[in-house]
Amino acid sequence: MWSYTFRRVLATIPTLLAVITVCYLLLHLTPGGPFDGERKVSAAVLANLQAKYHLDLPLWQQYLYYIKSLLQGDLGASFRYADWSVNDLVGKALPVSAAIGGGAIVISLFIGVALGIVAALRQNSIIDYLVMLLGNIGGAFPSFVLGPVLVMVFAIGLEWLPAGGWDDFSLRYMVLPMALLVFINISTIGRVMRGSMIEVLGSNFIRTARAKGLPMRTIVLRHALKPALMPVVSVIGPLAISSITAAVVTETVFGLPGLGKLIVNGAANRDYTLVLGLVVLVTVITVVLNLLVDLAYALLDPKIRY
Amino acid sequence: MSLLKVSNLGVQFQTNDGVVSAVNGVSFELEKGQTLGIVGESGSGKSQTVLAMMGLLARNGRTTGEALYQGQNLLAMSPTELNRIRGDRLAMIFQDPMTSLNPYLTVERQMTEVLELHKGISRRDAKKRAIELLDAVRIPEAARRINMYPHEFSGGMRQRVMIAMALLCEPEVLIADEPTTALDVTVQAQILTLLKDLQRDFGTSIVMITHDLGVVAGLCEKVMVMYGGRVMEYGTADNIFYQPSHPYTIGLLGALPRLDHDGSELVSIPGNPPNMAHMPKGCPFSERCTHASSRCADELPALAASTSNPQVLRACHKPVAELQLAAQEVAHV
Repeated sequence: MWSYTFRRVLATIPTLLAVITVCYLLLHLTPGGPFDGERKVSAAVLANLQAKYHLDLPLWQQYLYYIKSLLQGDLGASFRYADWSVNDLVGKALPVSAAIGGGAIVISLFIGVALGIVAALRQNSIIDYLVMLLGNIGGAFPSFVLGPVLVMVFAIGLEWLPAGGWDDFSLRYMVLPMALLVFINISTIGRVMRGSMIEVLGSNFIRTARAKGLPMRTIVLRHALKPALMPVVSVIGPLAISSITAAVVTETVFGLPGLGKLIVNGAANRDYTLVLGLVVLVTVITVVLNLLVDLAYALLDPKIRY
Repeated sequence: MSLLKVSNLGVQFQTNDGVVSAVNGVSFELEKGQTLGIVGESGSGKSQTVLAMMGLLARNGRTTGEALYQGQNLLAMSPTELNRIRGDRLAMIFQDPMTSLNPYLTVERQMTEVLELHKGISRRDAKKRAIELLDAVRIPEAARRINMYPHEFSGGMRQRVMIAMALLCEPEVLIADEPTTALDVTVQAQILTLLKDLQRDFGTSIVMITHDLGVVAGLCEKVMVMYGGRVMEYGTADNIFYQPSHPYTIGLLGALPRLDHDGSELVSIPGNPPNMAHMPKGCPFSERCTHASSRCADELPALAASTSNPQVLRACHKPVAELQLAAQEVAHV
């Protein structure tokens, strides 16, 4: 398993290089540069700026400069946030996104799995329909609708929680955005869990477990849970990635200083280094989460051995 | 009192096409140490009969009649009451050993949980007992292999594990639902010998469900032949084999491939089993029966003692003598 993990980590290097190269080219192919604003800068200043960030060099030389500093762990300086390095910007935004997105995924995993099990056990009952309805709402309504609804009810109506903003990991500010992400995620997790649990409960080895006289609780927890979790593990990877790195709408609705917002701003400003730095980060997070998913498979299924 | 007394058992399924009767009016008795064979082709209701007794029907299944185990009706029990009996006094092994064991749990866990549940003994003691049983079903290196997962065993070995698992609590009744169907012929013989030996050692009564008449001949004292959810003929194995009195039984015996004569063609009963949703009004076998008359198609024959041998119950309008003449022809072909 360790050698497998090591090989997987090594295999990310070419992936990373390919992603960086493609993004680098795409960014430079897009018309406009970081210093094309509505306010014209003088030619002399522009030349100075371009020289400072090596933008006057041929593209391949710029690229090599970038790779070189990347190898030293330096994502470069931000073009638009003058006093900030990309490392600093990411360093501030990542914990926010990790706390909100990561926390939401953990909570949704527990709630979603529990709801899925209940719905599967009470198939076609009122509880099942309620769970499915909840799931469909979470799946059908976009977060820019659900988010403001949450704000209206809990911040403006009931005045329990702040409508948005961020205060150094204060829980009060984290509840609503996490609730929104949890709601969206459990709609997928609950639906997948319900379906796979129903399928597993109909399998031959569950019939054997029933023939042994085991109570339903033992059958579900000991015999059915692990196999039923396999499809959930498959969806949890992509869900976690999007919750942590691409919660743009959630971060915008609640005014959070997270990664999603940084990516959008960076792209709009042609902040080459910032966008590339975030792409590197997202790629690494994706690769790590996918690796965790694959390791989780091996943990659940004794037939999978690396 | 019989160990197991099933009277007028029926199984119905609620489907989109309406209520389908899978089993109708099945009755039998099982004494201690006896083996009953239930024979019939696919869809004859033989599996549903025993699944109903074990409370293992699909969600849309309902039962009628009663199945008394030591005077208690299994069909009327609450799940909790039933769970005290099944796995302990009544155990079952299934047709497909490849899918009937949980692939996510070790054999040890799947065996010890039965003893922990029904006997309340510690996991360590349970494991010791489980290894004894694996030895008894002749699994080599049981002490080592008990820690393995089902996918590390072959099909025959898995069925042995299933049998060992079913015998853990020394049940009084072992229900075997086509235990050898999914196995190689050589392995089939081993498993049957094993069941016979275990029955001798443990004194277990067995209900053996099969479509293989060879299995019945080797193992069973009594045989019940089912078709279309109904009992066609019920009697001792000797009677069923040597004086079959029902056209369906005669057809089944005639369809057995034989090596002792030249005919290279396989004999079969013409036609297909009836669709359970559209059963004929009369005898379920009438559509395929070579002896059928108009009465057979219209009127359901009752299961009654045979005129020639009161020990045998048969459901057929035709007199025995007429059919047995035909049977002898089959035997001499």
